[in-house]
Amino acid sequence: MSTDPHLWLRHKARVSPYEVAFWIAALIVPYVLLPKYLALASQIAIMATFCISLDLILGYAGIISLGHAAFFGIGAYAAGILSARGWGEPLSGLLFAAVVAGLAGWIIGFMIVRVQHLALLMITLGLSFLAVEVANTFDGLTGGADGLLGIDTWKLFGIWKFSIWGHTSYAYALGVSFLIFLLCRRLVHSPFGLTLEAIRENPQRTTAIGVANRRHLQWVFTLSSSIAGIAGAMLAQTTKTVSLESLGFQNSAEIAVMLILGGTGRLYGAIVGTIIFMVARDQLSGMNPKYWYFWIGILLMMVVLFMPRGILGAMQRLAAKMSRS
Amino acid sequence: MSQLLAVMFDGVAFGMLLFLISVGLSVTLGMMNFTNLAHGAFAMVGGYVTFALASLAGWPFLATLPVAFLATMAIAAVFERLLFRYIYETGELNQVLFTIGFVFTASATAAYVFGTVHQSVDMPAVLTGFIELGEIKLPSYRLFLVAIALVITVGVVYGLEHTRFGAMVRASVDNQKVARGLGLNVNRIFALTFALGSGLAGLGGALAIEVLGLDPSFGFHILVLVLIVVALGGLGSVWGSFVAALCLGVFDVGGKYFVPELGSFLIYLFMVALLFFRPQGLFGKR
Repeated sequence: MSTDPHLWLRHKARVSPYEVAFWIAALIVPYVLLPKYLALASQIAIMATFCISLDLILGYAGIISLGHAAFFGIGAYAAGILSARGWGEPLSGLLFAAVVAGLAGWIIGFMIVRVQHLALLMITLGLSFLAVEVANTFDGLTGGADGLLGIDTWKLFGIWKFSIWGHTSYAYALGVSFLIFLLCRRLVHSPFGLTLEAIRENPQRTTAIGVANRRHLQWVFTLSSSIAGIAGAMLAQTTKTVSLESLGFQNSAEIAVMLILGGTGRLYGAIVGTIIFMVARDQLSGMNPKYWYFWIGILLMMVVLFMPRGILGAMQRLAAKMSRS
Repeated sequence: MSQLLAVMFDGVAFGMLLFLISVGLSVTLGMMNFTNLAHGAFAMVGGYVTFALASLAGWPFLATLPVAFLATMAIAAVFERLLFRYIYETGELNQVLFTIGFVFTASATAAYVFGTVHQSVDMPAVLTGFIELGEIKLPSYRLFLVAIALVITVGVVYGLEHTRFGAMVRASVDNQKVARGLGLNVNRIFALTFALGSGLAGLGGALAIEVLGLDPSFGFHILVLVLIVVALGGLGSVWGSFVAALCLGVFDVGGKYFVPELGSFLIYLFMVALLFFRPQGLFGKR
């Protein structure tokens, strides 16, 4: 291994052929092989973006949040309300949602970076319940328990209409998530990303060598909130509705499940976990609408017991074992 | 005035219920730092034991309560040995997710066995009426709740402060490493405490049917309140949990009665603010 950290980072960041194959498959498979499932595919792309945002703070920076859906919901409501009030241009809606959710994340970030352990879990949990209560109270703006209605998403670039078949939706969701993925990939392979991992592993030591822990954590939290907000905004724009559930604990818990399922701290874990979870939910809830949670629960316990580093982590270990023998 | 007192009393009774359900979690969390979100699921187990015996098998309600306690204790002990003990060393996030997975599975199982409808049990006549104290009418079930909770609180405090086992528990909570060094089998103490605490949660769940109702999502709904009690009270502090549960009960019931438009807003806001300034809770040492 080289001793120059920049060379090492560049070596870590090189593009593997698997990655290229993965993204090409993500573009082709839903359109060509599974055109009936385009709506599901765009939901997967949206949730994968949300999951990547959680991976940034949880996998890389080590901030365990049980309330990240609050920012997803804030973004969804921001874009949804903007659209319901007469401005339905999708890309500027995304930008608006990113700014609003990022601002919320920046403010909450002051708090998040100052607490750890159980208090952190409880504060993130409490904030997500607070968000639901606030949205429920201002039902004139948010539609309250009935959900936000009247969202009208204009044509993408003035050309492509968002239809119920999901052709435009999937291209839109996949394009945005790909761009965000590239951004995050660049970020985690930068000195900033490396510093985050160092803070996660040993905050005392990073302080000792002169890293401003809290400022780093607050920035990544802001960025992560902003990305979560973009994901929420895409959901609002493509499904044309926003419900209180998008802010709630269930959504926060599910996204954490997807992340741990795939494996934390590797970005692709977030994507793989989301695909497996969403497809499994679609199939299981189709077969057995009432009890599919049973299998999700079993899956979750198995992953923690037998694959603590997620599916990708287990695969990596298996591959390493095979190449050694 | 009498209305205010009645609401206050309602809040106290609710707080006592919360205390019963959460005290076990407070002690076990303090001992092993095992972030157990499945505690509410054990309260649900107790609730369904009582429901099955009282409404399906026709037992009298009061006779089902000890069974709810013992059955939940036994079930918790089995799961602790089978599953939970493997994740004590795995870090917070894995514990959180594992126990959430456990709640998912438990609640789906309950939905499969008992259906998703809201269940209730028949109360004996003694517990359905009101007891009049001067001008104030107190519902007798609430009085019964407070009485039971006080008896159990005294029992828990006595057990912790004045018995050999209690001393071992306190030693393990205060400093696990030193306790191990002195030859205490912390894992066995933990297993017992876990079972006892879950049993109390089960009893609380059984008593909660009349107040909150019972459905398969009970484990999730109660979890938030339980975590608030534990986090505010401070890990491992029985008195902290007692005070926190009492405050939460009074504020929750009073808030919903007097300022319903704010809903639970104030409680969450209060919790977030308090934990920010005192992350170790009101009475926590760490």
